[in-house]
Amino acid sequence: MLLTCADVRKTFGSAVVLDGLDLSVDEHEVVALIGASGSGKSTLLRCINLLTEVDDGTITLDGEDITNPKINPDVVRRKIGLVFQSYNLFPHMTVLDNITLAPVKVHGKPPAAARELAMEWLNRVGLADKSGSYPDGLSGGQQQRVAIVRALVNSPRLLLLDEVTSALDPELVGEVLTMIRDLKGDGMTMILATHEMGFARQVADRVAFLDNGRVLEQGPPAQVLGDPVEARTRQFLARIIEAGRL
Amino acid sequence: MSAEIHRPSDLQLGRIAYRRGQAIRSVLLAALSTAVLGTLLGVLITGAPGWARVKQSFFDWPIAREYLPEILEGLWLNIRLFVVCAVCALALGLVAAVLRTLRGPVFFPVRALATVYTYTFRGLPLIITIYLFAFGVPGLRLQGTPNVVVLGGAAITITYGSYIAEVLRAGIESVHPSQTAAARSLGLSYRQSMRHVVLPQAVRRAAPALLNDVVSMQKDVGLISLAGPIDAIRAAQIASAETANFTPYVVAGVLFVLFALPLIGVTDVVTLRAARRQNAGN
Repeated sequence: MLLTCADVRKTFGSAVVLDGLDLSVDEHEVVALIGASGSGKSTLLRCINLLTEVDDGTITLDGEDITNPKINPDVVRRKIGLVFQSYNLFPHMTVLDNITLAPVKVHGKPPAAARELAMEWLNRVGLADKSGSYPDGLSGGQQQRVAIVRALVNSPRLLLLDEVTSALDPELVGEVLTMIRDLKGDGMTMILATHEMGFARQVADRVAFLDNGRVLEQGPPAQVLGDPVEARTRQFLARIIEAGRL
Repeated sequence: MSAEIHRPSDLQLGRIAYRRGQAIRSVLLAALSTAVLGTLLGVLITGAPGWARVKQSFFDWPIAREYLPEILEGLWLNIRLFVVCAVCALALGLVAAVLRTLRGPVFFPVRALATVYTYTFRGLPLIITIYLFAFGVPGLRLQGTPNVVVLGGAAITITYGSYIAEVLRAGIESVHPSQTAAARSLGLSYRQSMRHVVLPQAVRRAAPALLNDVVSMQKDVGLISLAGPIDAIRAAQIASAETANFTPYVVAGVLFVLFALPLIGVTDVVTLRAARRQNAGN
């Protein structure tokens, strides 16, 4: 197992967001987290990336307990990429500088090599001509693809995608999803929190339904999305179908 | 897009002609109202019963010409002092602002010290600080006491550093936490996130307020005259005492305004640009 979350608990004040959650992710596996807003998907991703401290339980990455308070979070984060719903590109830097910042400052890559790698990726995702632009000159879909490249150039062991298409106009969702599909082809291990059930079905090896801070049901997409066992999962999917998102 | 040039319709041509007419009318009206008000003010001021005495006391041309070189020489001191104080105050403010944002128990004392500093020197009148530094410190008769210009400059720097620290701190806090989260998620340390992600954005946002403080500092370097050195204001004061006329003060005042104009202009442009960026969304 690349990542194991065991009995993870997180509360904010009196709200219990993660309530003894268990989840394992194998290398090269793509796991889609689904569930209602507030079911703990984003919180789980932030806990894995140590942006949020767990209140109990352990998270193990590559056999190392990363919830151990003695561990240096900066070192752990070098192995994990996180992409946010709202892109969070640095507005004062060009696309190229956004991408090369961490390789140069964190990983000690020579600037020229970092630029070369960044351009390779930008070429691959069709954004090479935007390398000198600032984020506010890009569409949402372009910004999100840059944000994904920014995470990828650090060669993470694990990529976390937090509802990366939720802030996008419908016609821009496709370009981002295509990119994620390509990454799966590369063998990238990913956990993606998503509301795009159709996409989860296509790209995920496993779908995990989060409910009340736990993984209520998980399995192959066809089973969880097509023939769920739990009543709560069926209810959730029924609401999604009602909203026309499946 | 078609390369063909679009020919406006007659309707649009009519609108353009109408708007042009309106624009010309506006310019003429503005010129007329300015001329009327200007003439009125001119007549009122120069026609006032005390005008002759005002002119003699404040706008005596020969006296202005005679003392201009000395006042200019004094202004050179103000300019040099301003440049040095501005650079030092910005550096000091930056350090104090960053120290105030540090989290963690180890940093409690520095955080507290920075807070006490900004509270004290924003509250303490600059004149008192200058007196304490320029007269109080030499009074201690310590070895290696610097001269009064340095001491007065230090007083100005420390006072303005506290204002600048607060402006920068507000800028740092206005950068959305998601920016720090993004930086940290890439593996950048707290210090690296601050240096490469938060501070550059904070300084840009705080630029209008920072420049305002710098403009204000530009004239307050004149308070160095209280400490004794012959700057523009002290030179004007001497000239005024010699001639029993206030024209030298007016000359020094005009020079200060001219000296400040470029930076005031820059401040306006930066503020305008910041506002435009904000209105552009994001």
